[in-house]
Amino acid sequence: MIDKIKIETTVNNVKYSKRIEPRLLASDFIRENLHLTGTHVGCEHGVCGSCTIKINGLTSRSCLKFAIQLHGKRVETVESFSSNPQKKIILDTFKKFHALQCGFCTPGFLITVDELLQTENLENEKEIRKALSGNLCRCTGYENIIKAVLELKNNRKTK
Amino acid sequence: MQKKSQKYVGKNVLRFEDERLLSGNGVYTSDLKFSSLLHLSFLRSNIAHGKIVSINKEKAEEIEGIHGVFTYENFKEVPPIKSTSRMKNYFATNQNVLCSDKIRYVGEPLAVVVAENRYIAEDAAELIEVEVKNLDPVIDTLEATKPYSEILHNEIKSNVILERNFNTGDKNFLHDKDLLSVKNIFRMTRKSPISMETRSYVCNIDKLTKILTLYSSTQVPGVIKDALSLFLKIPGNKLNVIAPDVGGGFGGKASLYPEEIITVLLCQRFNRPIKWVSDRFEDFMSTSQGFEEVMEVELFFKPTGQFIGLYGKIIGDVGSYSIYPWTAALEPMQVAGFLQGPYKIDNFNANVKCVVTNKPPTGPYRGVGRPAAVFAIERLIDMAAKKLKTDPAKLRLQNMIDKKDLPYRIGSGIVWDNAGFKECLKSALRISKYEKFRRIKNNENSNWLGIGIASYGELTGIGSKISVAPGMPLNTGTETCIIEIDSTGSISATFAIASHGQGLETTLAQIIAETLGSKPDDIKINQGNTSLIKHGTGTYASRSAAIAGSVAIKSTKKLKNQIMKIASYIFETTKKNIHINDGFIFQKDTNKKISFYDLAKAVYSDMETLPIKLRKPLVATETYDPIFGATTTATHIAIVEVNPETYKIKIKDYIVSEDCGKVINPMIVDGQVQGGVAQGIGAALYEELKYDEAGQLKTATLADYLIPTSSEVPNIKIEHIENFLPDNLGKFKGMGEGGTIGATAAIANAVSDAISHLNIEITELPISQDKLYNLINTGENQNELKFGK
Repeated sequence: MIDKIKIETTVNNVKYSKRIEPRLLASDFIRENLHLTGTHVGCEHGVCGSCTIKINGLTSRSCLKFAIQLHGKRVETVESFSSNPQKKIILDTFKKFHALQCGFCTPGFLITVDELLQTENLENEKEIRKALSGNLCRCTGYENIIKAVLELKNNRKTK
Repeated sequence: MQKKSQKYVGKNVLRFEDERLLSGNGVYTSDLKFSSLLHLSFLRSNIAHGKIVSINKEKAEEIEGIHGVFTYENFKEVPPIKSTSRMKNYFATNQNVLCSDKIRYVGEPLAVVVAENRYIAEDAAELIEVEVKNLDPVIDTLEATKPYSEILHNEIKSNVILERNFNTGDKNFLHDKDLLSVKNIFRMTRKSPISMETRSYVCNIDKLTKILTLYSSTQVPGVIKDALSLFLKIPGNKLNVIAPDVGGGFGGKASLYPEEIITVLLCQRFNRPIKWVSDRFEDFMSTSQGFEEVMEVELFFKPTGQFIGLYGKIIGDVGSYSIYPWTAALEPMQVAGFLQGPYKIDNFNANVKCVVTNKPPTGPYRGVGRPAAVFAIERLIDMAAKKLKTDPAKLRLQNMIDKKDLPYRIGSGIVWDNAGFKECLKSALRISKYEKFRRIKNNENSNWLGIGIASYGELTGIGSKISVAPGMPLNTGTETCIIEIDSTGSISATFAIASHGQGLETTLAQIIAETLGSKPDDIKINQGNTSLIKHGTGTYASRSAAIAGSVAIKSTKKLKNQIMKIASYIFETTKKNIHINDGFIFQKDTNKKISFYDLAKAVYSDMETLPIKLRKPLVATETYDPIFGATTTATHIAIVEVNPETYKIKIKDYIVSEDCGKVINPMIVDGQVQGGVAQGIGAALYEELKYDEAGQLKTATLADYLIPTSSEVPNIKIEHIENFLPDNLGKFKGMGEGGTIGATAAIANAVSDAISHLNIEITELPISQDKLYNLINTGENQNELKFGK
């Protein structure tokens, strides 16, 4: 057995202190040790984006990070969205536009969209398509995801 | 007074599945946890063809946290997976759950490790030492049919495990002096279904009752339960298969896998819950793959443009084993079966061979056979139009089956009925402004810009008279619905289907609500759980909305009749004066009404309102068999632009006019079309599982096997034609696969049109940027290969 080390991290505003193997992936730590299974693992090589989380406010592929890299960091996962009125709008808009089918890639899209709405101009549909091209979806053909993001963007501007 | 009945079928009811899936509360198989859970890791072959000399597991067993390392020796009593069929000239293969002797593909499971966690299991798997003797790998489809080729399955004595001929009409037309024809060899390469959730299985055992519950990321829990019971001799009342939330399937999760059997067996042996979650690399190597065929096809026609004959030789590369339960026939036979498409052609002749090679087994993948068939025939029609110097749309309309010709039996025996073939084509031509595009293309210098049409027919919601795969000893044609109202007045309906993204929890509730007179969100749909229903298979082959939707109506009507009988007793009137709407039961033209709660109380608990004979449980169970299938059809039109410097292909516009009968939920239907087209775009432009000469997969990551991203898929203009309703109860046709079926040919035709000034025809898919470069600059067409006899 490999010696375990202690990490302290805050996930969805809850503080955790856990002893883990240094080789444990952040995605497995979140899913297995913290039981937050809303973060999905689709490829474990950083391509599909299903495992996307936020670390200190920035999106990150949790399958490409070790859990120890979360030490001292503030982590957000999809489970934090329902109780946050700003983020709940993203969920509701995805539902309204049928922007999900099987739902497996969806948490990664939601986290990515949340960041894009805060950081990017998203001038037109092409920019939205480009901005979302790091997340793979096999069910929807993306069209309804793009429509949902367009509406979220437009509502953001009217504020 | 009661309101007019609510209509829910045809409405964009928002999905009931979404709340849990969006909030991170979906439950996929890999999310399940049980105390004392053990984890599996498989050691897989890294050679394509060979014999196991020895497997040494000593070092692996020494690792801390290992509960056991198992090879075939430990599973000797388990019979091999053998996919039988009533087909003539078919030879079933034997596939042991772990390789016993002969290795037949890279990725074949050789040993399995049981450990405290997946990390330890993978550590141990790496320490297993395997000694093998290499055999010549059989990789090339055509080479595999040659007499000198190494044989994969010695007991079969040939790599061709199935051959079938189709013959309709005669050969007299071949002597016609004016006869014209176009002929080519087309190649559809191997694909991976790629659901975002990889295959995963968890088996739990109830210590008290010894009941085994397999949670499986499967599309077919009913098929899996029946197969496990058969293979492992476990009675059905001790075995349950549950498909919880499933992250996409597309056919890749519609077959029985060795890992499923092993997970159950080890759970039984260890008397502890066991979990296996595939990683993406394993999923590429071990999940059933799609397509891969070489098709030599010739279309004969008169100088007037009238089609006279269609001849095809199809060789389907089915990989190393015949997949359970569909058999190797599934994909290649459907290529021949649907080759003629929606066209009148009197003389049809086809030969199909299914050949085994040292690649993973192929199985169902969205479209099954038809993306390849439609690619071949629709390309040939464009080539024929070129030869005749006529417009390809006009040539299609000239030969397309008209509604007055229906029902129409095509050469393979498939019967088309109630389908708007021409209506879909005309609709797509109108939406795409086809004629205007052609005028511009003819008048201006618009080389590198192209338009492509693809029209097709498919059989969906297939009943018991037609097997999903020919000769398969499995009933896929019926569906049962148990609808019940419990003591609280709440409604549940149970089906054997297994939704994995299609939104069936919503659409079936819409159908029941409309039939019964309740609200969709008051209805709980149970599915994907074999303990709840006696028989069924699952969700595949564009069947669930059509067949389950129909049986939902049948069962609901029966229950409604019982409710009306009770209500007419309570209201002291006759059934014709009872009206049910919005969850209330009304007496027409009065103010009298009761709720479903009042009804349930009267039936189950108050013991005074009703006489004993009316106090029977509020349950109705019906089974429905549409006997034949419903003809779904569509025309796709793609407009593409090829960059003359980089050869990058951009899809500028995409139109789908489709006829799927009565639309239950337009939002969901459009979603299926959009997603299906996206996969067709992948198959046409990007996706290819490339194997080298040694049988090593060169595209085993999502960075090498490219699926379309949001930058590659355009918005799609969709029109629904709802004028040709099928015979089934709900008037529904299946439509989950059509997007993929039409897209391959539409894009291939559009790209060919865009480069028509270079006189190059696209005959192989995908037509990737590098292939197009080679085609244009070196004239190299990989398809100019010799087609074996």
